[in-house]
Amino acid sequence: MSGTLLKIRNLQIEGRADETWNPIINGIDFDLNKGEVLGLIGESGAGKSTAGLAAMGFTRDGCRISGGTVEFDGIDLVNASAAVKRGLLGKRIAYVAQSAAASFNPAHKLIEQHVEAPVQHGVQDRATSQADGIELYRRLRLPDPDNIGFRYPHQVSGGQLQRAMTAMAMSCRPDLIIFDEPTTALDVTTQIEVLAAIRDIVEQFDTAAIYITHDLAVVAQMADKIKVLLKGDEVEEADTRTMLSDPKEEYTKSLWAVRSFQRPAKPAINTGATPVISVQNVTAAYGTVPVLFDVNFDIHQGRTVAVVGESGSGKSTAARCITGLLPPKQGHIEFDGVALPLDYKKRNKDQLRQAQMIYQMADTALNPRKSIGEIIGRPVQFYSGLTGADKRRRVEQLLEQIELEPTQYINRLPSELSGGQKQRVGIARALAADPKFIICDEVTSALDQLVAEGILKLLADLQDTLGLSYMFITHDLATVRSISDEVVVMKDGRVVEQGPKADMFQPPHHPYTDLLLSSVPEMDPDWLTELLEKRGIDNIGDAAVGKMV
Amino acid sequence: MGSIARIILQRLALGLLTLLIVSMVIFVAVNALPGDFAQQILGQGATPEAIEAIRKDLGLDQNYFLRYFSWLGNLLTGNLGISFAQMNFASNMGGDQLIGVAEQIRPRFMNTMFLAGVTAVIAVPLSIILGLLAALYRNTVFDRAANITTLSSISSPEFFLAYILILFLAVLNPVFPSLSNIFDGMGFGDRLNKTMLPALTLTLVVTAHMMRMTRAAIINLLASPYIEMARLKGISPMRVIVKHALPNALAPIINVIALNLAYLITGVVVVEVVFVYPGIGQLFVDSVKIRDIPVVQACCLIFAAAYILLNLAADIMSILSNPRLRHPK
Repeated sequence: MSGTLLKIRNLQIEGRADETWNPIINGIDFDLNKGEVLGLIGESGAGKSTAGLAAMGFTRDGCRISGGTVEFDGIDLVNASAAVKRGLLGKRIAYVAQSAAASFNPAHKLIEQHVEAPVQHGVQDRATSQADGIELYRRLRLPDPDNIGFRYPHQVSGGQLQRAMTAMAMSCRPDLIIFDEPTTALDVTTQIEVLAAIRDIVEQFDTAAIYITHDLAVVAQMADKIKVLLKGDEVEEADTRTMLSDPKEEYTKSLWAVRSFQRPAKPAINTGATPVISVQNVTAAYGTVPVLFDVNFDIHQGRTVAVVGESGSGKSTAARCITGLLPPKQGHIEFDGVALPLDYKKRNKDQLRQAQMIYQMADTALNPRKSIGEIIGRPVQFYSGLTGADKRRRVEQLLEQIELEPTQYINRLPSELSGGQKQRVGIARALAADPKFIICDEVTSALDQLVAEGILKLLADLQDTLGLSYMFITHDLATVRSISDEVVVMKDGRVVEQGPKADMFQPPHHPYTDLLLSSVPEMDPDWLTELLEKRGIDNIGDAAVGKMV
Repeated sequence: MGSIARIILQRLALGLLTLLIVSMVIFVAVNALPGDFAQQILGQGATPEAIEAIRKDLGLDQNYFLRYFSWLGNLLTGNLGISFAQMNFASNMGGDQLIGVAEQIRPRFMNTMFLAGVTAVIAVPLSIILGLLAALYRNTVFDRAANITTLSSISSPEFFLAYILILFLAVLNPVFPSLSNIFDGMGFGDRLNKTMLPALTLTLVVTAHMMRMTRAAIINLLASPYIEMARLKGISPMRVIVKHALPNALAPIINVIALNLAYLITGVVVVEVVFVYPGIGQLFVDSVKIRDIPVVQACCLIFAAAYILLNLAADIMSILSNPRLRHPK
């Protein structure tokens, strides 16, 4: 056996929809050597996850491998029996899923799930495997490694779960691990820890890996070589440094260029102007658990205020306070200089109309049983009282504003739209109330970069034509850089820093802002290494390697 | 664990409140039955004076509220009253040999519980195992056969199933006796033997629900990421279903089991009649026929309590099957 561990040739996969088989992957090839890391990148629908699973000889329900070969260490995985594949999965090929929270069984303790593969495959007995699991937890820098495994998944944070899942994948010391977007659901600061942990442990055990992600900067840190996929076709493959510095294909170049969208800076705000929304000394709690502490910020006419922070920092809670869904315990909210009733139930229709929301998951925010026309028509009728032909005209006008052809889309259901189109409908629904102020809650985080850029441009255009003010909640600093006028940085329910964008991206910063900014992955393959050195984190548990293997 | 104790206490209090409301409904409904005991025993030719006299003896002439509260008061002290049919009207309402409703119902209720117990011991494991296998071999011949069999048995009238079983297991192959004339002091083996046919009939009736819910609850989970993860760890399909899917599917399964067990206690009159099984169902029907109000009310209350208790138990077990509630952060 040469150094080649995985050999994929002309892999074709089809998915079943509406009684026919449609191609998902149209013939891709790659080789993976022992200890090598391949990055698979592309937008959603590119087939990266499907390709990653196919490398394990696995297809999801409703998919099938229709052609080509997958050869792992000389074993033909396409034609292997289920029993042969089961003997490899978990033992020699392991998988790390995107959402660790959903991929750990809620009914069992972490260590139970960790030891399952070694015990079932007969690699180790329970006690040995459990001791090894604790050692892996230690190496992955999980807090309290001796005890954390004896907790249930819901008792552990997302970043910790993701590391526990990496440990679980390592439990049989596999030759190959498939990482399927393992850090996409994490905050930037948490992402760093997980990335560093994964990279070090893969290096230590000389494990080969396929690293699937849509984030170019992340893959730049992790992979030796990169393959770009688009709609099931290979675009190009090259080693990481070449790919970053010298992409050949137009599509790859466009991916690389997405982050460049940036709005021109606006003039400074008149000091005497009345803000559209003024949040004053707001303190709020869920039940008895305090979540916001004395929060102050203003949002002015025609401006975008980006509220930045990690999950749990209170960004969305601040939005709930403004909309009155969560009445603050103290402080008040002013709209155009007039205090709003704190509880939305006490606000009149006009006050409700002025502040609208756009949600992160357009999928769940749109009623799947209603047509687009009905979804947008409902607030039109509720707030403006239009009915019949007038209502329809207004809905068509709104659809034109969001750049969807009315005749083509008005009768469709949300399920017949792409992710970006659904988010546009979410925007139209907010505009239907004719508001002055819109809260955008992570509106682009579920979208691909090219699509997200389209949404950001649309929001910017609407702001220019309608004079809207936005509160833009996000954890993505690239988005902040491209759309915001002012920035509010939040941590643990407090505002740690705020000011015009230009100032925020210039040092000196509050230490937390600095940590956030420096945690955003950059398109430089050495970025993670340098950052870790700068922060004084050495490679994880080097001393332990000899003892373990 | 404090929060779970609180939830359980809340549910218990709610169950008692439900029982109180049900007692009112029972009282109103039973008293709204046309005709009364006096009329039933004296027949068509009774003089109004005679009927009035008996009504007075039984306290039926008092107003509703008074009767309800005296019944409720007696209930709380454990006194279910005296069956009208036990009274001796000729000898001036009396004698010391009167058997109270409680004593009258107790042996019948124990018989019913025994039958329900035997049926549950057979039906619950059977339907869960069938459900697991149907989920494991979903859309195969086995799955379809299990579905068709259980659905046909639930769709057939109970007496029909009973006679089929009698035909095959008592007449053609005398394995079990066709009459379940059990009595006090009978040995356990003998009793079990005589209970088998009604128990098997009821098993055929209740298995379909539980099996299909087990199958559906498990298949529902098979698309979850953690099930995919288990498969990608190379775990065998059987283990995936038993170890990874079943613990997360328990809540709906437990609820359907509770509902079916409640049915076994309250809804088995037809089967009792066919096999002449001396259960509470027959007593209930007989008492309704002669408007024996104390017995009817007591039976209704027992049925209601059984439903409430079993559903309460199901709720509590569903809560306990959720690790988020058992182990808060």
